[in-house]
Amino acid sequence: MSSADHAPFSRRLFIRQGLTLASLAATVPQFIQDSALGMMLPLDALTSSRPGVPEDRVLVIVQLAGGNDGLNTVVPYGDRNYYNYRPAIGIGEPGRNGQAALELDQGQGIGLHPSMASFKSLVDEGVAAVVQGVGYPNPNRSHFASTDIWETARLDGKGTGWVGRYFDCTCNGTPVPEGAVAIGRNAPLALQGEIQKPVSFESADLFRWLGKDMHPALEQPYASATRAGVLPEVDEHSQAAFLMRTALDAQVSSDRIRAAVAKAPLVQYPQGNLSRQLRTVGAMIRDGMPTRVYYVSLGGFDTHAGQAGTHANLLRQLADGLGAFHRDLKAQGNSGRVLTMVFSEFGRRVRQNASQGTDHGTAAPMFLVGDMVKPGVLGTHPSLTDLDGGDLKFTVDFRSVYAGVLDDWMGADAAKVLGKGVKKAVVVRS
Amino acid sequence: MAVNSLRPLKPRDFDYWKAHHLLNRAGFGGTPDQVQALASMGLDDAVDYIVEYESIGDDAMPTDRWSADIMRPPTAEEQETARTARRNSDEATLERLQRERNQRQAADRKQMADIQKWWIRRMIETGRPLEEKMTLFWHGHFATSYRTIEDSWHMVLQNQFLRANATGSFAKLCFGIIRDPAMLEYLDNDQNRRRSPNENLARELMELFILGEGHDYTEQDIKEGARALTGYTFRDDAFVFNRREHDDGQKRILGKTGSFDGEDFVRLVLARPVASEFIAWKLYRFFVNDLPGTPDKDTQGFIVKLAKEMRDRDYQLKPVLRALFRSEHFYDPDNTAALIKSPVQLVVQAIRSMRTPARDLSALAAASDLMGQNLFFPPNVKGWDGGRAWINTSTLFVRQNIIVYLLTGKRPNTYAWQEDDAVYDPTHLLAHLPSLDGGPPPVRDATTYLLRFMLGSDPRPERVDGLVAFVERNGGRIDTNVATALVAVIAAFTEYQLC
Repeated sequence: MSSADHAPFSRRLFIRQGLTLASLAATVPQFIQDSALGMMLPLDALTSSRPGVPEDRVLVIVQLAGGNDGLNTVVPYGDRNYYNYRPAIGIGEPGRNGQAALELDQGQGIGLHPSMASFKSLVDEGVAAVVQGVGYPNPNRSHFASTDIWETARLDGKGTGWVGRYFDCTCNGTPVPEGAVAIGRNAPLALQGEIQKPVSFESADLFRWLGKDMHPALEQPYASATRAGVLPEVDEHSQAAFLMRTALDAQVSSDRIRAAVAKAPLVQYPQGNLSRQLRTVGAMIRDGMPTRVYYVSLGGFDTHAGQAGTHANLLRQLADGLGAFHRDLKAQGNSGRVLTMVFSEFGRRVRQNASQGTDHGTAAPMFLVGDMVKPGVLGTHPSLTDLDGGDLKFTVDFRSVYAGVLDDWMGADAAKVLGKGVKKAVVVRS
Repeated sequence: MAVNSLRPLKPRDFDYWKAHHLLNRAGFGGTPDQVQALASMGLDDAVDYIVEYESIGDDAMPTDRWSADIMRPPTAEEQETARTARRNSDEATLERLQRERNQRQAADRKQMADIQKWWIRRMIETGRPLEEKMTLFWHGHFATSYRTIEDSWHMVLQNQFLRANATGSFAKLCFGIIRDPAMLEYLDNDQNRRRSPNENLARELMELFILGEGHDYTEQDIKEGARALTGYTFRDDAFVFNRREHDDGQKRILGKTGSFDGEDFVRLVLARPVASEFIAWKLYRFFVNDLPGTPDKDTQGFIVKLAKEMRDRDYQLKPVLRALFRSEHFYDPDNTAALIKSPVQLVVQAIRSMRTPARDLSALAAASDLMGQNLFFPPNVKGWDGGRAWINTSTLFVRQNIIVYLLTGKRPNTYAWQEDDAVYDPTHLLAHLPSLDGGPPPVRDATTYLLRFMLGSDPRPERVDGLVAFVERNGGRIDTNVATALVAVIAAFTEYQLC
């Protein structure tokens, strides 16, 4: 089966059309029953996108945890101040020997960290963008607090996650199973809505019951207890019935995700944790999962000391991972319906510290990848002379990037998710 | 339909399975021996034993081994150093101070993780389960998160305060919480000043702590309540009433006028009849039934009577809990094996009732977090929603797998859980079952008992048949291996999520 006729949209249709047959059976997973309720609604009530925006678009969020040093990622080599602030750890201008930046925008004097050649190729192909100087007012330098701000898209960092709210706003009171999937131990706040809850797993192999490993013969009693759906004589409104429905959902998700991930990818992915996660996401997209938002993360960016080697290694993982992921999607024929967005909770201070590292700072670049991305270097680099207590002043509010993604990519009403008054940044090709 | 009065259960109806229910709900379950001991006390004595726990020695771990000073405020001297460095743009000093701050924060997070483990251990080991259970209830009710306040000692102080008053008086808890440093910081009351009032604490006192959202108060009451609470702040680890920041003007709150302060405000709010109904409803959801939606008529009737009991007793909690645990309503089949276990309940009850090794406490804390309940880090001031919010396709697998870990000590490679080779033998759970000839009890009896013991309800026949068939196919007797496998698979049944 080709990927085109296995798209989530057709699965949705299948679920709708198959309802009358399926909805009364005790073994119907909850999401099919929920869709059965959806049948009573006007046909477009379940769709989450504005008319004209395809229903099968996917957003992949990559979190760089710890605070990525933006100035050594997107390097303002054209500004001498950069080298004054960073005599020991600064990245040299393009063409120099040793650690030399990769030319990104000669006019602006902007380059990329030398480890990011794979990402540079994506920019050259016209499928990737750098958004410069992204931050928010009154920056918070606590990892916890700033991550919460980015994930809730609220300056007080309180409440539900912005992606969770996106689903809450569009799903008519019923969570979308597998709507949002996080690869990782903990589901991030970004994906938590009032109603919408993410699926999360560290690796697909762990998204299952491990008791079977104790004794293979347990498979049968386990399956009969968890795959039966709501048993007869159980009050369908009871907690027991709710648990039985969810247990069946979990089994169906588990089967499906593990089957998807078991297939070898179409391209080779590099080693490393981020690549492993992106490979899993690629497999799920290829399999036509109905998931609209995926979340992966790479940690270790809190480079207070001796950062050069660590940072180079992390950026290589990021760039090579994004490169392989894009090639995979392209080979699948899916690169036009997937947008990948990279963020970190803050950048780092302009001046290097005494330990050849950098301390918590403010604005930093974001990255976007996908056929539909408005490519190139977007926004202006923050000034190195007009600082705020030694920190960069942001030039783009991260919420405006979210607004651009929600509005132009997901076809959602950004104001409903982010509140009114957020100006949209255009990051998607029109 | 469960009766809608506080009518007690008939004493002769209090049997082994009723005692089992009581111990699960009022505590974290117990072994067959403990259940039997409780059952043989009879209803009244059993409930007293649970509720009047002060007579039971508190031999759990001490609380004084935490450092109070990791996040202490800077001394005058340190402040001066920082000021000077800022004035002179002395980057080297500023950087050193920043680094020291980072180190203190890291040390404090470490201490917070230790405190988390300590509380879980306490729940596992305590002889006063209701004390810990109610402390957990209040932690969810007066929810305060370390994530915001980043001071582990303040979290300890709050935890001790909640424990000391766990079954005392709800009024006393409310008066105490407006003087609790962690809460004052969490809800920004340290920013609540005469000239720039901050409504956060006043709002939550009405909306979440005492009356319930939209119940019997107005936005104006919140504004005036915030004025009453101005100047309620803390310095280092102690409450401070800052007279200069307190607005001592006339306020009009809930129809009364006066120059009210914070205590007056709490008193006025507690005087509303809906206050006792709100807290009775929350206790009901925690101890009796957590079905979503509006309670049915009988349930509502029961809650109203519980609330009246609370008002009649000036918000004393013990008489209310005693009435609850003695009531026929509490033991009704509709309310048995009907409550979705919280993650902490799931883990602690498994360990206490089946006597599994506790394994690695940080693994238990991490798993509890994965299941949605990170102790000392409630998601927001509403606390944990509980009930169905605990359950989704991801948490269900973690719930099943944490029991596998408790039983086997083996963890999947990518979880940072410690491998533990303590061998667990669950056959002791079956030791008291009668046998015909001095040998092991018949397989069907043993399987039926194990199911009922673990699930808290009469097992469905198809469940019994499936497990008996498993035993027959695997040697026909319930030895350690087979028993462990049975326990693992029963714990993965959907009904095991209920208690």
